[in-house]
Amino acid sequence: MHELSLCQGIISQVEALAAQHDATGVALIKLRIGPLSGAEPQLLLNAFPIAAAGTVAEHAELTIDPQPIRVLCSVCGAESEASINRLLCGECGDWRTRLISGDELLLASVELITGS
Amino acid sequence: MCDTCGCNITPGNRHLIEGDGALATTKEGHAAVEVLEGLLSANDHQAAHNRQHFDSHKVLAINLMSSPGAGKTALLERTIEALASELTIAVVEGDLETENDAERIRAKGVPAVQIATGSACHLDAHMVHDALHQLQLDGLDLLFIENVGNLVCPASFDLGHHRNVTLLSVTEGDDKPAKYPVMFRGSDLVLITKEDLLPYLEEFSVARAEGCVRALANPAPILTLSSKSQNDGFKQWLDWLRSELAHYQRHLQAGQTLSPRLAKGGSVVGHTHDHHAGHTHGHHDHHLGHHHHD
Repeated sequence: MHELSLCQGIISQVEALAAQHDATGVALIKLRIGPLSGAEPQLLLNAFPIAAAGTVAEHAELTIDPQPIRVLCSVCGAESEASINRLLCGECGDWRTRLISGDELLLASVELITGS
Repeated sequence: MCDTCGCNITPGNRHLIEGDGALATTKEGHAAVEVLEGLLSANDHQAAHNRQHFDSHKVLAINLMSSPGAGKTALLERTIEALASELTIAVVEGDLETENDAERIRAKGVPAVQIATGSACHLDAHMVHDALHQLQLDGLDLLFIENVGNLVCPASFDLGHHRNVTLLSVTEGDDKPAKYPVMFRGSDLVLITKEDLLPYLEEFSVARAEGCVRALANPAPILTLSSKSQNDGFKQWLDWLRSELAHYQRHLQAGQTLSPRLAKGGSVVGHTHDHHAGHTHGHHDHHLGHHHHD
């Protein structure tokens, strides 16, 4: 989708955190992205240096923790792995499931370089 | 939820910032900060604000999404005509260029605000907010937001609307929901449009299209309609609008609002989770619910 604008959003969030903690730089930014979020990890990695240029996060490493797609069946109660367009129960095959992982689009954590 | 006031600290995540928690120091001496905030949080905040705006004027806002040419504007033209004596309607039009669609809507005697998105591929909550300043919400029953024709990007942005309606025209092929799962998983209603063309398209199976939507664990109703011939499906669409509006008004009376089944922005009034089934977590639940993946 619009991975560059997502990266610009990440930079704003990280800049606020850096200011809050009096950080002089950012070493690491960790994201958690599920396939059903609609964001492409590789495109985020490509766009990140452009968004980060000239900011406190300029030299930060971006890592993306991919999340598995997992569903909980409302019929048989089983928890199973599923694929992006077949969110069916792996045990009984029913479609009435609830997603328990796989749509994450999260800034998980950052490592800040502080003066001390 | 915000970074400054600490309202994102709950009993479930407090341990992360206390003792040896997330604010611990790494072996390189960096301060590690656990954040767990959505990447679209700025949009989601604006969306919640928009939703509050709609709710204070008692306007049910519906986000119409589809690929280009699936018949969103034609559906709106016929819908406005059919409901003219019954409901007061306005439209926000998202289009890359041209005012053509807005002009078609205005020709029906209904206010329409055009958001020319330039090369942007979707509407976001800020663009919709700006458009609302040009629109008189008082006395409206229904606001349609016609999103940019695109089955990818619009799916990710909460606009503050109450319901997602996705159109799939029969000429596009019945496997579109499997190809665009993020979009069709979040739909509160799927409209299979241009039904009058079905006799010429043997390869399109309504049952297969429905199967693809169910495979996304989405229980949304699916109507097959033609805006042109105004068949039974079209009448059911009008009935769906009437019943959603009544449903919405009941919620407002109870101090609550409606959100699309997968909205992340949450709601301002009462923060209800009015979903038919399935995936119902909000912002806070989402963060806590995924800690075990750390």
